[in-house]
Amino acid sequence: MFVSPIREPLIQGHKTYAQMSDDIIGPVEAKPTKMWLAAVTFCGLVALTGFTMIGLTITYGIGMWGLNKTVGWAWDITNFVWWIGIGHAGTLISAILLLFRQKWRTGVNRSAEAMTIFAVMCAGLFPIIHMGRVWLAFFIFPYPNTRGPVWSNFNSPLLWDVFAISTYFTVSVLFWYTGLIPDLATVRDRAKTAFRKKIYNIFCFGWTGSAKHWQRFESLSLVLAGLSTPLVLSVHTIVSFDFATSIVPGWHTTIFPPYFVAGAIFSGFAMVLSLMLVVRKVFKLEQYITLAHIESMNKVIILTGSIVGVAYITELFVSWYSQNQYEQYAFINRSTGPYWWSYWGMMTCNVVSPQLFWIKKLRRSVVFTFFMSIFINVGMWFERFVIIVTSVHRDYITSAWTMYYPTYVEIFIYIGTIGFFMTLFLLFAKVAPVIALAEVKAILKTAGDQYTGEHATHVQHEHAVEHMHDEKKDGNFGTELKPI
Amino acid sequence: MTGKKIVFGLFEDEEILMKAVKNVRNEGLKITDVLTPFPVHGLDEIMGLRQTKLHSAGFVFGMTGTLTALTFILWVSTANYPINYAGKPYLSLPSWIPITFELTVLFAAIGMTLTYLYLNRLAPGMKPKILDERITSHMFAMTFEINAETSENKKEEIRNVLKANGAVEIHEKDWDTL
Repeated sequence: MFVSPIREPLIQGHKTYAQMSDDIIGPVEAKPTKMWLAAVTFCGLVALTGFTMIGLTITYGIGMWGLNKTVGWAWDITNFVWWIGIGHAGTLISAILLLFRQKWRTGVNRSAEAMTIFAVMCAGLFPIIHMGRVWLAFFIFPYPNTRGPVWSNFNSPLLWDVFAISTYFTVSVLFWYTGLIPDLATVRDRAKTAFRKKIYNIFCFGWTGSAKHWQRFESLSLVLAGLSTPLVLSVHTIVSFDFATSIVPGWHTTIFPPYFVAGAIFSGFAMVLSLMLVVRKVFKLEQYITLAHIESMNKVIILTGSIVGVAYITELFVSWYSQNQYEQYAFINRSTGPYWWSYWGMMTCNVVSPQLFWIKKLRRSVVFTFFMSIFINVGMWFERFVIIVTSVHRDYITSAWTMYYPTYVEIFIYIGTIGFFMTLFLLFAKVAPVIALAEVKAILKTAGDQYTGEHATHVQHEHAVEHMHDEKKDGNFGTELKPI
Repeated sequence: MTGKKIVFGLFEDEEILMKAVKNVRNEGLKITDVLTPFPVHGLDEIMGLRQTKLHSAGFVFGMTGTLTALTFILWVSTANYPINYAGKPYLSLPSWIPITFELTVLFAAIGMTLTYLYLNRLAPGMKPKILDERITSHMFAMTFEINAETSENKKEEIRNVLKANGAVEIHEKDWDTL
């Protein structure tokens, strides 16, 4: 296939297929390091603390939290939306970028998808525990019952959310696991002991790599990508409906769906970067997750960050333009009221800081990107806090105005989910390849640095030229293109 | 014992393999299968494999989801237990769209994945025939099925063709003992 010489190589170090297997599966085969054990123990303990606090909440009730009759949603729903948003980057990378044929997606999609699944698991906890009586959580599903049967309300965005999140989780797991099967087979075939072979054979479902299987594999990934693309957009759209269909000033706006989706991708990419920058260092995968990958992700951050910025300002403008005093006050209160710090924290982290990525040097700096990714995650948490708490703590009747402060239980549940997320990610990184091995191998001939870029040593093969002619016939390329 | 055997050549590069597949087919030999460590684009076409109908199955599953959601919500809201929500009509199609969409996607994804696993005979606990452990890592295999009746001449022909087309190793294995 013809590759434009200005395309940066995505695999460095003149790799062969065998070296790629060694590099990517090596960390899975190595004995767990002390660092890893320490990290997993620490994160596990943090998660345990969180679950203990959830236990307290379930035992003694929602009164353990700082909620009151005015502020009925606070940290719980803030955390829920924050985690769901983080999950969106995984699906964007694996599905939307697959449809756009972005090759750099192959370096990061596997971990990003794993991150999606773990983030959705953390997110799912919050709506369940905020119900209070969690043992009745099955009431949300439409099932035949003896109360009429009174079914769930199909006109309610909260029920749409149930369907959206559970579908999103299921489809993400299927997409992730079907992609993982061939790579687990590679781990199986490289295993030294019979026991290890047996275990990985169970998990790779007995994959052999037959041409017919690969043909079906490609068809399945393409359709799952096609399904996940509208799905991921629908999920955060529906999450935003939870707010937008209400009549609370500051929530009742039609801009919410695109604004939430852009924000979700924005925060998700920040989280992918936070994780991948550590993973590439610890597992020595700098040749597979290159500066070109980081730069591409930072470009997505500029785009989505700018959309979010425009949305904030539009919201502000519309509240003034609406000439509705409640709507106007909601925004005056956000920026100058008792929670002003969260509003300005959000503005700084989400609107101002991503604009620094216009400078090429900064978006190719690993250290800067890492700090930025943390910054954005903080900012996006503030965004949800601003939307939820500052809108409801002073809405209509002044006698109902009140403040909200989190209790230690809420704080530790939130920190606990971060521990839970990190524990799951660490375990995943130890038992399965963090890079989609088969997919990265498939782009070697077009994106390896021996074939493209400044250090290319291979002249394009006869076959490749032949292929190019085929594509020319299809009208994909202009006639002036020459082989490298 | 069926006496079934597999002769296979191992290749190191997919471009050599693709050319080899083309040449071998032109010589009139029937290739049983080609095993690769990653999806090689265009290989199925060169091998003359039929296009998979998996995506059509996905469409059918998706439509099943759409119909399930619509008929179920319609039945619940207008026939089984209609509830008046703020005076809004019982049949309110627009607000059913989100769930209908989600179920379409859910049915299509689950149905297609299960069909995929079934067609490929993939399941936990399957005992695959592994010809060579390098095939899932960096080697490409072209296989030919033979049996006890296959003449030495035929075997020799297969070996020669494989060698001439760039196979770096050629092996013969009993299917039953794999």
